Amino acid sequence: MLSTFLSQIANGLVLGSLIALIALGYTMVYGIITLINFAHGEIFMVGAYGGLASMTYLLPTVITQRWYFALPIVLVVGALVSILVAVAMERFAYRPLRNAPRLAPLITALGVSVALQEAVRVFYPGATAAIPFPDLFIQGTLIIPIGDGVPIRYTGILLIVLSLVLAFGLERFVERTRMGRAMRATSQDRDVARLMGINPDRVIVLTFAIGGALAGIAGVLYGSYLNNINIDMGFQNGIFAFTAAVLGGIGNIRGAVIGGLVIGLVKALGGQYLPGGTAYDYVWIFVVLIIVLVFRPQGFFGETERVRA
Amino acid sequence: MDPDQPGPDTTEELPPELQAPPEEVVAVLAEDMHVATGTREPILESSGVSMVFGGLRALNEVTFSLGEGEIIGLIGPNGAGKTTFFNCLTGLYSPTSGQVTLRGKPMPKDPARVTAAGVARTFQNIRLFPSMTAMENVLVGRHVRMKQGPVSSLLHGPRFRRSEDEAHDRAEKLLAFVGLGRFSDELARNLPYGDQRRLEIARALATDPSVLLLDEPTAGMNAQETEATRQLIFAIRDLGVSVVVIEHDTKFIFTLCDRVLVLVQGELLVEGSPDEVRGDPRVVEAYLGAPPEEVEAQIHAGATTEGGTD
Repeated sequence: MLSTFLSQIANGLVLGSLIALIALGYTMVYGIITLINFAHGEIFMVGAYGGLASMTYLLPTVITQRWYFALPIVLVVGALVSILVAVAMERFAYRPLRNAPRLAPLITALGVSVALQEAVRVFYPGATAAIPFPDLFIQGTLIIPIGDGVPIRYTGILLIVLSLVLAFGLERFVERTRMGRAMRATSQDRDVARLMGINPDRVIVLTFAIGGALAGIAGVLYGSYLNNINIDMGFQNGIFAFTAAVLGGIGNIRGAVIGGLVIGLVKALGGQYLPGGTAYDYVWIFVVLIIVLVFRPQGFFGETERVRA
Repeated sequence: MDPDQPGPDTTEELPPELQAPPEEVVAVLAEDMHVATGTREPILESSGVSMVFGGLRALNEVTFSLGEGEIIGLIGPNGAGKTTFFNCLTGLYSPTSGQVTLRGKPMPKDPARVTAAGVARTFQNIRLFPSMTAMENVLVGRHVRMKQGPVSSLLHGPRFRRSEDEAHDRAEKLLAFVGLGRFSDELARNLPYGDQRRLEIARALATDPSVLLLDEPTAGMNAQETEATRQLIFAIRDLGVSVVVIEHDTKFIFTLCDRVLVLVQGELLVEGSPDEVRGDPRVVEAYLGAPPEEVEAQIHAGATTEGGTD
């Protein structure tokens, strides 16, 4: 009993920290240009395929056989591919629409999302079906000795730890550095930020790049944990991540992380204990979203009022 | 400080944030910032600047020159084009015709580069970053003078630390300078109105300007706060910054400025010393639109006109 509960908690935390990593990109882009970037899930997907490509076609076996070489390289490649796609997306799809009505970039985001999925399907060898993805970390499972033992894969532990470290680092970056302050200033008043010598275009590109890097890393970790990837992974997890960002209060970094963890836990525990089992676990996520938004429309950490003096 | 201004006996009753900046703070700040040569050489100039919005000619051939270390007042009725002129000077608008130069060089078109070139401003309707603390607002002002590589910022390397320490140090001095030292960790939106205006000035000064443009710095302030603002502007001038002030409060302008420019319907009507402008019947008529004798009496009695929007 206890160990079932605890192992679902562990599952929830793994899934939750993955969703949190993706949610950070949603929430940051929204914070800066108030755009729900529905193509962000595809950035996550593209990162996984980029990482896998480097593993399959690029790296020699001397490296791929040793996780301590392969893992950092594949993470970096995945992040770089995602950064590239995210920055190109901003430059060519969203920047021309910066001053257009809000609906135009939103529809564009949906279009970009479909285009990226189809591009991978057409151009990545074998992407018409799910592709196996190697476990990039130490193989095997750690049994935490509580009750009958709580199993958690080493890759799962890596996912939780790396996500939290990255989220913490991001928060410090935004709170305490020159460019971080420039990001917050731009999100609050773009014209005045410009008068402080800040180049908003550069800030926006940086925001997309950071969101992309986190999504790319998440993509590689996802593949490594589930051991196969498919072109729909971005859509499913993107919806969860978007929900997490809204739940935590969109625009808020801490909110995205907490929102992600809550969703991961609700999915794991709901699938285990609530009627309907895993067939209904998606339902519980959105039930929680609805309940939270009824009582706190701005999400956990969202600001109740946006004062513009 | 100007000897003509009220002496220390009045400032002593003021709360700490309204007193003139303490001399030791001014001394260290002056050391950090560049100090004017006192040559009164023209620093900011405009020649024949016009701004047309559709069929409306908001500015018509405005030519002016700000000398180094000078305080110039810009007055005029609502809708005269004062704020439009500021927007042209800071690159928010690019003038339909005419040229703006800073130290003889054409002013850049991009507001970010105008700031880098040394022109800072405040706004008629306060525009702070409301969800950032007072300290962070000033640090954002420091942005253009800070150097932090992306790698150094991520790893918190020595170069990053040095630039952060320098910026925090300067921001603390500037907050003390405007009398907000105690409020550095307060969110900007929670500060009282007058303090928000002072914070905007501190943020503008953080960009190391050689020219500061103040758009109605005393709007909505009481007599005490207005007096404190006058002292603050003198102290800013003493740091070596040249100042242009838009104000509706004529008494404030006439006792603050070296020269006063009167803008009416986009045209520069009169320019001269406060005494010349005060006595000019055209100004009195155009600006106040009332029988001259009555208004002149009001001005000499120190009556003020209400600040509004234009």
